[in-house]
Amino acid sequence: MLRISIAAVALAAFAIGAVSGAAADDKPLQPWERKENHVKPPKGSPLDYLVSGYWFRTPKTRALQDDDFENPAFLWVEQAESEWTTVDGKAGKSCSSCHDAVEKSMKGVSARYPVYSAKNKKMMAITHQVNYCRENYMKAKKWKWESDKMLGMTSLIGLQSRGMPVNVSIDGPAKKFFEAGEKFYHQRRGQFDLACVHCHQGNFGMYIRADFLSQGHSNGFPTYRLKWQKLGSLHRRFRGCNNNIRAVPYKRGSPEYTNLELYLAWRGQGLKVEAPSVRQ
Amino acid sequence: MKFGRRVLTPLFAAALAVAPFAAQQALAQGKAPLVKYKVVDEDSIPKSLTGKPGDPEKGKKWAIAGRLGHCIACHVMPVDEPYMGEVGPSLVGVASRYSAGQLRMLIVDPKVVNEDTMMPAFYKADGFHRVRKAFVGKTMLSAEQVEDIVAYLLTLKEEEKQ
Ligand code: HEC
Ligand code: HEC
Ligand code: HEC
Repeated sequence: MLRISIAAVALAAFAIGAVSGAAADDKPLQPWERKENHVKPPKGSPLDYLVSGYWFRTPKTRALQDDDFENPAFLWVEQAESEWTTVDGKAGKSCSSCHDAVEKSMKGVSARYPVYSAKNKKMMAITHQVNYCRENYMKAKKWKWESDKMLGMTSLIGLQSRGMPVNVSIDGPAKKFFEAGEKFYHQRRGQFDLACVHCHQGNFGMYIRADFLSQGHSNGFPTYRLKWQKLGSLHRRFRGCNNNIRAVPYKRGSPEYTNLELYLAWRGQGLKVEAPSVRQ
Repeated sequence: MKFGRRVLTPLFAAALAVAPFAAQQALAQGKAPLVKYKVVDEDSIPKSLTGKPGDPEKGKKWAIAGRLGHCIACHVMPVDEPYMGEVGPSLVGVASRYSAGQLRMLIVDPKVVNEDTMMPAFYKADGFHRVRKAFVGKTMLSAEQVEDIVAYLLTLKEEEKQ
């Protein structure tokens, strides 16, 4: 495995007393380093190239994502497919009552989310919109952000954008939310006093203890994480990245995290949507 | 080398006030009150925080411990551990590059030397944003632990093979 081999190289280097890193320079290019896996960043991007978190994972993890029959996230997706046509709430409607076939109506939707909603005067993640429909159009109860139903539904919707480039709008009314997200990304926090930018911009392709750092993109969410043994939302990941550095996380669905989601989507503008992905 | 003399004012560090502490926790090792220290030449704390030299054996332990030093989260060190980080430079031979005072400064508060560093301050209790409750007003290491780690790092001379 990749990480073991790197640690082994490091240890071997001590054994012979050579610590100049010569061994590291001779390594073949890793998947995330290869040009064919790079995507051109959007104008104004701080990154020289974009590369999906997918390419930082082991061949085994990637294989799980590549095969929908192996990808555990599809258990949730299948549930959501039947949920799509199930009537719920006082209005006696299902999603399909208004949106017909999910393959058609939801095509490309996730790729352009989050979006500014003039009606609600706020940034809406897909999750917000699903609950908006449930409460207002179906007269049904909201789903919890991290519930199996919500994760399944947002995965099913995400799946309809698979392979399409992330393409969020950051101009006009979205601009101030984008700027708030950008600020959040660069703000040091927690006892470790670290910002997102430290780990995911300056140090991707490096190990931090046993974790191999990616550019921290959002194109794979919701993600089935082997560590969680479960599908998880992007905001759950944000909470993890905040908690780990001993910072107080925000609530899932909070304006702070939704702004951050917009900024992060733009950082990955052009990457292909992989939802639902598989990660370590 | 990133840790050059790109210096900002060390005033605030020198003036680190005495911070009130809640009961000491197993994870967060700082104890009230924080020892005051003096920064010399803008990059060095020549005097031991405890007035005594530390214990290098213990220092090695703290440096490895995931909940204390975290040093190997970011640094390769000449120890037998399967996972070591790479985001900081290897600490092999570090004693040949820095004095005891400079090493102490880097552990206590590396931002005095490099404002943009990723390395956390291990003997600083405030000035942070949204710290989790369990760690509010605490330092990552106690003064004794800082000294132990300094003592350990001083054993890491060039050519040292462990
Ligand atoms: C009564 C009709 C109705 C029902 C039922 C309904 N929606 Fe909607 N949905 C809408 C309308 C209208 C919009 C357009 C945005 C708005 O007005 O809020 C929308 C927008 C959306 C969008 C955003 C589409 C885009 O292009 O931006 C998603 C995603 C969505 N709905 C998901 C769902 C899901 C999932 C369900 C079932 C849990 C559902 N909706 C049930 C009426 C409905
Ligand atoms: C101390 C380092 C560190 C900091 C700071 C940090 N992260 Fe992470 N993050 C990680 C690690 C480790 C992983 C798991 C490996 C990877 O994909 O990079 C990760 C994963 C992610 C992922 C999942 C990527 C994928 O492809 O599945 C996202 C998204 C992410 N981080 C966003 C953020 C955001 C936003 C912030 C700031 C709020 C942040 N991270 C701060 C270490 C960090
Ligand atoms: C979150 C990552 C991180 C952690 C944890 C960390 N460091 Fe660092 N350290 C760095 C980085 C990055 C540098 C490079 C200098 C810079 O960025 O200013 C560095 C530099 C150093 C240097 C200077 C090395 C040189 O050759 O210039 C020393 C000494 C050092 N660290 C000691 C420690 C010790 C001891 C610990 C544990 C108590 C520790 N570090 C924990 C990231 C870290």
